[in-house]
Amino acid sequence: MDTLSLFQIIWFVLWSVLWAVYFMLDGFVLGTGFMAGFLAKNDTEKRVLINSVGPIWDGNEVWLVTAGGATFAAFPTTYALMFSNLYSALILLLFALIVRGVSFEFRGKIDSDVWRKSWDTAIIISSFLPALLFGVAFGNIFKGIPMTNNFTTFNFSYDGSLIGLLNPYGLLTGVLFVLLFAVHGSLYAAIKTTGDLSKRGAEMANKLWLPLLVVAVAFLGYTYPATKLYDNYLKAPVLLIVPLIAVVSLLLIKVFIAKGSCHKAFLFSCFTIVFVVFTGVAGLFPNLIPSSIDPISNLTIFNSSSSLLTLKIMTGVVAVFLPIVISYKIWVYRLFRAPVTNEEVLGNSESY
Amino acid sequence: MNVVTLSQLQFAATCMFHWIFVPLTLGLSILTAWMETKYVTTGDEMWLRMTKFWGKLFLINFALGVVTGITMEFQFGMNWAEFSRYAGDISGAPLAIEATVAFFLESVFIGVWIFGWNKLSKKVHALSIWLAAVATNVSALVILLVNGWMQHPVGYVIRNGRAELTDFIAVLTNPYGLIKFGHTLTSAYVLAGFVVMGVSAWHLLRNNETAFFIRSFKLAATYAFVSCILVILTGDFHSADIAKTQPVKFAAMEAVWETQRGASFNLLMVPDVSQERNSIELLRIPKMLSFLAFKDANAEVKGLKDVPKELRPPVAATYYSYRLMAVLGMAMLLLSFVSFFVSRKQNLMDYRRVLAIMVFAIPLPYLVQQLGWLVAELGRQPWVIYGVLKTSDAVSKTITPTQVIMSLLGFTALYSVLGAIDIYLLVKYAKKGPDKDLTSIINVQGRS
Ligand code: HDD
Ligand code: HEM
Ligand code: HEM
Repeated sequence: MDTLSLFQIIWFVLWSVLWAVYFMLDGFVLGTGFMAGFLAKNDTEKRVLINSVGPIWDGNEVWLVTAGGATFAAFPTTYALMFSNLYSALILLLFALIVRGVSFEFRGKIDSDVWRKSWDTAIIISSFLPALLFGVAFGNIFKGIPMTNNFTTFNFSYDGSLIGLLNPYGLLTGVLFVLLFAVHGSLYAAIKTTGDLSKRGAEMANKLWLPLLVVAVAFLGYTYPATKLYDNYLKAPVLLIVPLIAVVSLLLIKVFIAKGSCHKAFLFSCFTIVFVVFTGVAGLFPNLIPSSIDPISNLTIFNSSSSLLTLKIMTGVVAVFLPIVISYKIWVYRLFRAPVTNEEVLGNSESY
Repeated sequence: MNVVTLSQLQFAATCMFHWIFVPLTLGLSILTAWMETKYVTTGDEMWLRMTKFWGKLFLINFALGVVTGITMEFQFGMNWAEFSRYAGDISGAPLAIEATVAFFLESVFIGVWIFGWNKLSKKVHALSIWLAAVATNVSALVILLVNGWMQHPVGYVIRNGRAELTDFIAVLTNPYGLIKFGHTLTSAYVLAGFVVMGVSAWHLLRNNETAFFIRSFKLAATYAFVSCILVILTGDFHSADIAKTQPVKFAAMEAVWETQRGASFNLLMVPDVSQERNSIELLRIPKMLSFLAFKDANAEVKGLKDVPKELRPPVAATYYSYRLMAVLGMAMLLLSFVSFFVSRKQNLMDYRRVLAIMVFAIPLPYLVQQLGWLVAELGRQPWVIYGVLKTSDAVSKTITPTQVIMSLLGFTALYSVLGAIDIYLLVKYAKKGPDKDLTSIINVQGRS
């Protein structure tokens, strides 16, 4: 293997890790956000939930900025075509992320019930929409999108639409993401709050677990006719370990909820999300986005990457800085590890 | 309208909107960090109250800077796919580095700062705002290097149908980008200084919390005055550099039509684009322009007529924006000097007229910021990468006008609402003044 391909593969791995970590981290912020309406029974509890993600939501969202930036840096052609082909879906996603970001800051700034209720609704919608849209987008990426690309003349065309993305497989993946994040967010609420609210979080996760299992099984099954993801698994059966870990983690969530150990259940819901993403990308390799029209048009890590020099520089930067980022993020999670209580939120003028 | 024009409109609108919030974030983060440091070193409670009050305004403003920034990153791919494909090898890496190095640091430590008041020692708490402030300023460096590269591309070859990186150090040390960084950063400090002065003056005119706002005003006046000098110095470097690197932009900035040696400088001109000349030229200073641009009174200045019409930027808009920026820049230098001067006096409160003017001066730096970007971005048209890639070739091939019209309408609606709310909240909390209640502040002072 030549050096260029080696670095292209390294960046494929990093690309997958960035997206997986993003879904793992923002998954519970989004999940807590759209489940807040079901979990919290009054204004104080809503504030508790918002404040439980307060210190960390922006830092988690930066994983998306980084995942996007890394796609741009390592696979510019994929970045260009992914973002322009999925234009309308991404605009919706963007609007939702914008609204979610400001709602945290705005909600508590004017003392009026109507004002707070409006932002509560905004948080629910703007957290739900990204969960669904990311799922739909990744479902379509797994399946392939209707594009024809010529990498020598740089003629690119795309024959899809927003409605076209809402095909059964895309929607199923969307529902999968929503349920994954709902369980993930409920478990986060369970471990980051106290009393009734915490109990309701655990109960909700427990209740949603079965539907999640059903959808996950349907997803794994439907993936066979709908996509070419299993080709890689047939070629290299050892890869099956990846979906296996995902499934085992999913089962362990239930086991630990039943045992009343929500921390462990949350840990395994992290694993579940990460390995669901890995299951998809392991099947994609070496494609980043397949074309549903013609395999020659597939965007692969080989035909869409940057130059060797850029990949090397980026690898150096990531090797130095990602460990630093991860260490201070761990420090911060430890700093704010204590559950958020009603008294704390009410007594602190800085809280959201 | 076609996809190119619509995308230009959308990019300009979203950029300019992002830029309403970014300079205050850049400038106020440093001021807030400074206040908290003073609190930690002197133990004077007033500094703590200042940190809290200005920090709150900082955060309200920050929220919109963050969310509008995500739009910027997405748009490169969504609207300018050909640009991203063509130049991604060079401009993608800095954006990813910016996120890894700066955005993480900043967003994580802002969170620590907001929620860590009673979880951290005073020193570590102050350190967290410094980390966030420095990270913010570093992020500006990186993005301005990208913009600098687009204005003056270096360290690349055209290979495999795109621009490929050959010399990363050249991109990082691109003089165009570094000068831009110096100018933009100091301009952001000017803006923050004017905002703090204006809000303080508003309260002083009403005799609210006079000790608190006199101290704020003093600090901001120094900050703004020093930064104003630097902004004008770097602005001068900037235009001298542009005369060499982007002669056509320079010609448009100064409305020079004919290539000439010993070009003179006219204080007042009215360019007539259709006739390719200036219909009015008043107050002429001979050879001044050649001197300003090249530090040589007889140097040759290129004229617009040297290049065909389709390679010229919109001359009038570039010229007026540039002139107005410079004039208002000088006016702001004067204002900040006067403020600096009176703020050193014991009887600052007696200079009510100065204080009143400073309240009304708050919008000035905002306007100048936008004008500056208009010069930079309009002046390089029709190129998106100067001399390498035209804007019209940079647009996405797979999007339709309808899609962009919808998104443009969406942005306009969403941004208007959010912008109005944010500015309303800024004004509301600025007028409300600092928390009177010292006990709530002492409660959150934390361990020491
Ligand atoms: C408070 C803000 C402020 C003030 C007082 C000034 N500027 Fe400025 N200027 C900016 C804020 C700014 C900016 C918003 O930061 C820009 C936009 C792009 C950039 O690099 O900085 C800018 C751009 C900009 C450019 C174009 C850069 C390009 O094309 O890439 C030039 C030549 C100058 N400035 C020169 C000046 C001069 C000679 C000034 C002196 C009076 C001046 N500016 C005052
Ligand atoms: C450093 C970061 C920036 C980069 C990389 C950047 C890049 C771009 C790009 C790609 C375009 C579209 C192509 C074009 O029309 O030439 C553009 C246009 C534009 N940008 Fe920027 N921009 C930056 C910052 C800003 C800021 C902060 C503002 C405003 C305050 C701004 C104002 C504009 C305007 C007005 C246009 C439209 C010019 C025209 O289309 O005629 N830019 N810029
Ligand atoms: C077109 C070019 C630009 C892009 C792609 C861009 C990208 C971004 C992104 C992704 C964010 C959000 C970061 C977060 O989630 O925390 C952001 C915020 C911000 N950007 Fe921009 N930006 C652009 C123009 C500029 C310019 C020209 C500057 C400064 C010189 C700047 C400085 C900032 C600052 C200070 C923030 C505020 C908060 C933060 O850093 O997180 N941006 N930008």
